[in-house]
Amino acid sequence: MEQVLWFGWFRADIIAEYSTLFWRGLLTTIGLTVVCIVQGALLGLLLGMARLAQARHSPARELCTYGLRWPATVYVSFFRGTPLFVQILLIHFAVMPLFIHQTDGLLISGEAAREIKQNYGAFLSGVVALTLNSGAYISEVFRAGIQSIDRGQVEASRSLGMSYWRTMYHIVLPQAFRRMLPPLGNNAIALLKDSSLVSAIGLAELAYAARTVAGAYGRYWEPYLAISLMYWVLTLGLAYVVRHLEARYGRGDTR
Amino acid sequence: MAAVIRVRALTKRFGALEVLRGIDCDVDASEVVCVIGPSGSGKSTFLRCLNGLEHATGGDVVVNGVAVHDPATDIDALRSEIGMVFQRFNLFPHKTVLENIVLAPTKVRGLTPPAAAERARALLAKVGLLDKIDAYPNQLSGGQQQRVAIARALAMQPSIMLFDEPTSALDPEMVGEVLAVMQALADEGMTMVVVTHEMEFARHVGDRVLFLDEGLVVEQGPPDALFGSPREERTQRFLSKVL
Repeated sequence: MEQVLWFGWFRADIIAEYSTLFWRGLLTTIGLTVVCIVQGALLGLLLGMARLAQARHSPARELCTYGLRWPATVYVSFFRGTPLFVQILLIHFAVMPLFIHQTDGLLISGEAAREIKQNYGAFLSGVVALTLNSGAYISEVFRAGIQSIDRGQVEASRSLGMSYWRTMYHIVLPQAFRRMLPPLGNNAIALLKDSSLVSAIGLAELAYAARTVAGAYGRYWEPYLAISLMYWVLTLGLAYVVRHLEARYGRGDTR
Repeated sequence: MAAVIRVRALTKRFGALEVLRGIDCDVDASEVVCVIGPSGSGKSTFLRCLNGLEHATGGDVVVNGVAVHDPATDIDALRSEIGMVFQRFNLFPHKTVLENIVLAPTKVRGLTPPAAAERARALLAKVGLLDKIDAYPNQLSGGQQQRVAIARALAMQPSIMLFDEPTSALDPEMVGEVLAVMQALADEGMTMVVVTHEMEFARHVGDRVLFLDEGLVVEQGPPDALFGSPREERTQRFLSKVL
């Protein structure tokens, strides 16, 4: 391919030559992020509620303390207290082989395990690591959001005969969700950017694509500037979505 | 007549603080009992023990024949029979007036949405707020919010209504409209327990007045007797301050 120079120094032809790689990387990054945001939010909701679990009578009281609150607290502390990069390596090279292994996988073994590992191994590990990590952060958002709702709201709902779960679903979570949107958006943006770390285990997402191109040409400006712009556009898009949701769910909100 | 609320030796402690120190009280069907007393006397805590919003430290509360603080009791079923109105209204801010009222009847009672909406309209007409049916709570005045809160509680067709200082958070000019709704309810024969600072209301609408101080029922009786010739010195002192 002929050299194309932009502004006298930017080799646009490099990007064009590898456009398929960048395009696939972009889709992988988006897919990974979307899957992990959804799963991380669900995990975060469960963890956040586990951290708030309380009961009045024995044995439910002990179950809440030792079966829910403590494990959830330890979990969140671990995933917030260790580097995501280390978690990704740990999960890909240590935890996943434990469950999916050719000879003695706890979950899947034999030929199927080899195939999964070869074709989806890095994506699977990336999804697991990012979900577990973002779930820990998002649980704090849920916990704070739920706690910020006035106790009178719960009392009014419960005194109408609504159960704890109905009260959560109809009264607490909808109001908490509105307040949680900005921090949830921040988490989603952080997750999008952190997904670049998964390139370390060989998943062909955006950062991996840039590294491949950089290795092939020995040029760094073009590939890394290109993916920087792509990440930037993606985060701007996410921020726009969050703002839109905030406006939409702001009904009846006085604060 | 059988008492629909039966309280025996009710105690409640928050840490080292003894809020209720042994309360006995019966409320009959269609009776309106007003609970008065200085702030910190345990009035609200007493009321909140009646539907299990506060958990009793000791003693028994039996409502409609059901032990409120028994762990085996289906507290949701019991509460659906007991309406409660709060000082701070506690309307659901993300729902319209109509949605506030129909939520529990549809989810708990299993009413169809049209049936619940019809009931809501009838109740809103009764409290004079039919024109606000699609408003959000933050578009209403305090008095209007409290009347919606009463309608919301009534939509469950409870047999008992509890009022926790329903007019204390209102501007003075809005107190009357809420008390009028409560008076109408009392006239229809609703069983009511009302924690209040409105001595006029207690005097004219109450069948019986309970004076609480330091976690004990100091004195109780018909309003005329309690306000007219209180026997206890503490009651006299309190009444001389508030009347």
